[in-house]
Amino acid sequence: MSLNVESTRIPTVLAPPPLRLIDDAGHPVDESQTGGFTLPDTATLLSLYRRMVIARRFDVQVTALTRQGRLATYPSALGQEACEIAAVSALDSGDWLFPTYRDSIALLTRGVKPADILASFRGDWHSGYDYYEHRIAPQATPLATQALHAVGLATAAKLKRDSTVALTLLGDGATSEGDAHEAFNFAAVWQAPVVFLVQNNQFAISVPLDKQMACRTIADKAIGYGMPGYFVDGNDVAAMFAVTSAAVDAARAGKGPTLIEGLTYRIEAHTNSDDPSRYRNAADVDVWRGRDPIERLEKFLLSEGALSEAERASIAQEAEDTAAATRECMTVQAVVDPLELFEHVYANPRPALAEQRAALAAELAEDSATTAASTVTTDSTATTANTETDARA
Amino acid sequence: MSHTIAGVATRSPETLTMASALNAAIRDAMTDDPTVVLFGEDVGPLGGVFRVTDGLYAEFGETRVSDSPLAESGIVGTAIGMAMYGMRPVVEMQFDAFSYPAFQQIVSHVAKMRNRTRGKIALPIVIRIPYAGDIGGVEHHSDSSEAYWTSTPGLTVVSPSNPADAYSMLREAIASDDPVIFMEPKSRYWTKAELTLPVTTAPMASAVILREGTDVTLLAYGPTVKTALATAELATAEGLSIEVIDLRSLSPFDDATVSASLRKTSRVAVIHEAAQFGGYGAEVAARLTERNFFYLAAPILRITGFDIPYPSPKLEEYFLPTPDRILAAISRWEWS
Ligand SMILES: Cc1ncc(C[n+]2csc(CCOP(=O)(O)OP(=O)(O)O)c2C)c(N)n1
Repeated sequence: MSLNVESTRIPTVLAPPPLRLIDDAGHPVDESQTGGFTLPDTATLLSLYRRMVIARRFDVQVTALTRQGRLATYPSALGQEACEIAAVSALDSGDWLFPTYRDSIALLTRGVKPADILASFRGDWHSGYDYYEHRIAPQATPLATQALHAVGLATAAKLKRDSTVALTLLGDGATSEGDAHEAFNFAAVWQAPVVFLVQNNQFAISVPLDKQMACRTIADKAIGYGMPGYFVDGNDVAAMFAVTSAAVDAARAGKGPTLIEGLTYRIEAHTNSDDPSRYRNAADVDVWRGRDPIERLEKFLLSEGALSEAERASIAQEAEDTAAATRECMTVQAVVDPLELFEHVYANPRPALAEQRAALAAELAEDSATTAASTVTTDSTATTANTETDARA
Repeated sequence: MSHTIAGVATRSPETLTMASALNAAIRDAMTDDPTVVLFGEDVGPLGGVFRVTDGLYAEFGETRVSDSPLAESGIVGTAIGMAMYGMRPVVEMQFDAFSYPAFQQIVSHVAKMRNRTRGKIALPIVIRIPYAGDIGGVEHHSDSSEAYWTSTPGLTVVSPSNPADAYSMLREAIASDDPVIFMEPKSRYWTKAELTLPVTTAPMASAVILREGTDVTLLAYGPTVKTALATAELATAEGLSIEVIDLRSLSPFDDATVSASLRKTSRVAVIHEAAQFGGYGAEVAARLTERNFFYLAAPILRITGFDIPYPSPKLEEYFLPTPDRILAAISRWEWS
């Protein structure tokens, strides 16, 4: 019944079995083995299932868009849906999420529109959604830096006596960064209402976990900082949700931070520019495909009689609609205004930037004058754009 | 933003060091605005290693003033999250060279957050950095790191040289919605002035002419302002009239004030402690030349520290720009 850790890179002798509530085959785990955590109710599980199916479809769609060359880059979270969906589902609407580049499906699940998620991958702007409306920080690229922001925000909320909790997502590789350690330590010392959820997908680009760290689990590190740590089956959404919710509740109740490690696997490449055949073999990937988080919950729900065919079909339809909306948003060209380059650097405008802005405006005006001269018919939109440019220069 | 607070009007003149002026600025800002919080290494009961935060812990309590764990990236990174949640953190990097662990957070996030989020997330953070040498400090306690910050778009970088500016500029920095790197010249912490607080000096972004002159413009900031003034004093004996400008703000750079002075004197020298190669003076010289080439009678000079790591205490007197060295340098210009 225990996870076949043989094929993972976790030091097999020392690693304990990860906590799980539903096993690979979709059977509930005996309650004596679940460390006091209990299965979420059926309605919750169904909702988690629905969210995972939609997220998977989105992820597959965006990866396809990348393969078609319509998007520059997309770091896929295929296979990691249980971690991502548990993270979002454990939060209240007033809580904050601090995601990384890989966590686009968490954004989707929290209600960010596909077009806004893809703004950065399309190259429209570095980040593209309403942070305060969704209570999601910009996706962080420098590894582990966002964990400190989460601790700071959670601490500010605590100082203001708000009940806000911050949850941050990290990769396994990111836990080697100094900022991860500083964040764990700050959070524990300040008793910040923050939850660290490490998605251990076993690779940092090409580097396997045993070259990343020498201890048996990431969760164990929590001991050293003085906070609870949980080693959880990251492909069991029921367990991930139960543990993450408990950690969020504890944070809200003033009990400080928690470190959670979800043991999962990155099925796709790191990004489209990565060649995973150089550092892992297909057989390993197949083993993990067989531990698919969605199939596992589906088996469980079907065997419990909790998922009807009609329901399954309706969820599949919703997923298709999301994929269609995602494709659709790619056909709409984002309007990028070169002069906006200068608009968000300082709150207080600077004369030197105004000069550079004016220089670019002049260049643009000259360009479009040349274009206009070489076109026979007058393009009214170009003229309008031109006038705006002049007005602002 | 108004700096006036209830009760302040009754204050009488007092002799303040730059350190105590900074202390008063933080105290007044915290009294005015409950969202201002202060943290860093040893800033609590000890009051900071330079006592800049003396008494603030006792006055405002642990929720507003706190000793953080010893981790600079952590200090700046958590300040970012706090600012996102509506606070105005003032954080201290204990010494210049110990700000380097926070480089990533400052350059990648503090400086860029407004831009990344198209203006939606503002980070009103002040990062106080005691910097530069001339106090006999051991290794890693005397660096001048300003060029790292000034070449980072998104940051405002300022450095006061006297108690009045220290007070006024720190109040303005804390009230600013842009993140500010506030560089405090350590060697000037004990500089005294008679002040009635609250004092408002020139706006933070402007350079100030401290001494009028007609032959040469000396540009200085922070620790070298005193050196430049001493140079001007010495030069009068030689019949040379030197104008001294305290830049105060390194980024933005006050082109108008400085160019006007250049057009008056036609000779400019920039003085800083930091190494010369790729240093701040290079930017100033290039920038002024581009704008005022035909008004220059001689190339713009840089009198700076050598291009070496900051030396040990017994050698720093050979490293630091001195009035003699400045006078020798400008005497090598061709004077017609
Ligand atoms: C500070 C920093 N160093 C290096 C990188 C380049 N980089 C991007 S992703 C990555 C691997 C991260 O692995 P992990 O934390 O396990 O997350 P995963 O991508 O597997 O989700 C690296 C090295 C970076 N983004 N930030």
